[in-house]
Amino acid sequence: MSVVSMTVNGKPVSVETEDRTLLVYFLREQLRLTGTHIGCDTSQCGACVVHVDGKAVKSCSVFAVQAQGAQVTTIEGLAKDGKLHPVQEAFRDNHGLQCGFCTPGMIMTAVDMIRRNGVMDRDTIRHELEGNICRCTGYVNIVSAIEDAAKRMTSGEKAA
Amino acid sequence: MITYPFTYKRAKSVDEAVALLAGSPDGKLLAGGQTLIAAMKMRLANPSDLIDISGIKELSYIRGNAGAVAIGAATTHFEVASSKDVAKAIPALAHVASVIGDPAVRHKGTLGGSVANNDPAADYPAAVLGLGATIKTNRRSIAADDFFQGMFTTALEEGEIVTEISFPVPQKAAYKKFANPASRYAMAGVFVAKFPNGIRVAVTGAGPCVFRVPQMEAALAKSFTPDAVAKIAVDASGLNSDIHGSAEYRANLVTVMAKRAVAEIA
Repeated sequence: MSVVSMTVNGKPVSVETEDRTLLVYFLREQLRLTGTHIGCDTSQCGACVVHVDGKAVKSCSVFAVQAQGAQVTTIEGLAKDGKLHPVQEAFRDNHGLQCGFCTPGMIMTAVDMIRRNGVMDRDTIRHELEGNICRCTGYVNIVSAIEDAAKRMTSGEKAA
Repeated sequence: MITYPFTYKRAKSVDEAVALLAGSPDGKLLAGGQTLIAAMKMRLANPSDLIDISGIKELSYIRGNAGAVAIGAATTHFEVASSKDVAKAIPALAHVASVIGDPAVRHKGTLGGSVANNDPAADYPAAVLGLGATIKTNRRSIAADDFFQGMFTTALEEGEIVTEISFPVPQKAAYKKFANPASRYAMAGVFVAKFPNGIRVAVTGAGPCVFRVPQMEAALAKSFTPDAVAKIAVDASGLNSDIHGSAEYRANLVTVMAKRAVAEIA
């Protein structure tokens, strides 16, 4: 057992957990942040993507103790003051989700890729989405949502 | 999925990692963990201790010098893929790093981890062998030709830690892979490098371990054109055969990927 301390969505947390606790279980079961989903649990599907120190990672493939001292952002941390993040808005406006299960991972991956690349063509977005699977196969609108969000965020709309 | 229990320790230096490893009954090094953690979750690995070396600053760097690019073992795929120094000196190496897994995997996975693990379908071993790189450890320097010994098997001894890989800068190089559409692992990946003193061709994904193709190297030394390798087939016996493709299919992919790699730089 270790006491793991990190900052999650801007709030410091300090929780005793087993060394073998994966970050995704730490977030979901110990912090009760169930917006981060477990899909495949084998690092293929991307439903569990969160940001650790500003970089997208698959939280099913990282131990919580590895994130000791880190800044972690989950889907719950994107909206600010009751206002959705531009990527969340774009997913809603473009119908970028069907059943919604993959959506938290898609959005966290989208925020990361937009931060790195800014406005992208559709091929680049698809390449960047290689680690995220939508079982409804709703990729066309997911790509449209990301394309739209990237334009909104780089055209001066305030990015959270 | 939950792994077997283990004790986690974070090393601040290579010396500390060596000591922690020696002091644990069945310890393993944890770098990016993008292979090891998956294996532990499947309960295919059961280390007593995990020694986390990902935060060791002395293992994370990219340095260009006369004729070579030296990269610290804990440098992530993302850092190599987005390095201006690597892109300038050996663009094919940056390309290799950029096609490993997916963005989230590249943010965690490391050069040293990939090379030490020597997965038959990993991308980096093709670049390391194709460029004739030197693997530096806490004990010695090992030539790529001597390093990769078989499936998940390398020249590394117990307690030996990869610290740096030094890549000679070629005149030209290219990497083409045919990726498994689900896992992104190479079904066959071919790295071709042209040096003043010869050509190197290394193949990953097709066999149990990365290997060179001397016949293609000789043919390309005479004529550096896609046609030079178009009729050269690797022997399918001994190549991987699974639900994704037969050995014969992979043998054909090797020729096709080699042609494409040469076409890119010829």
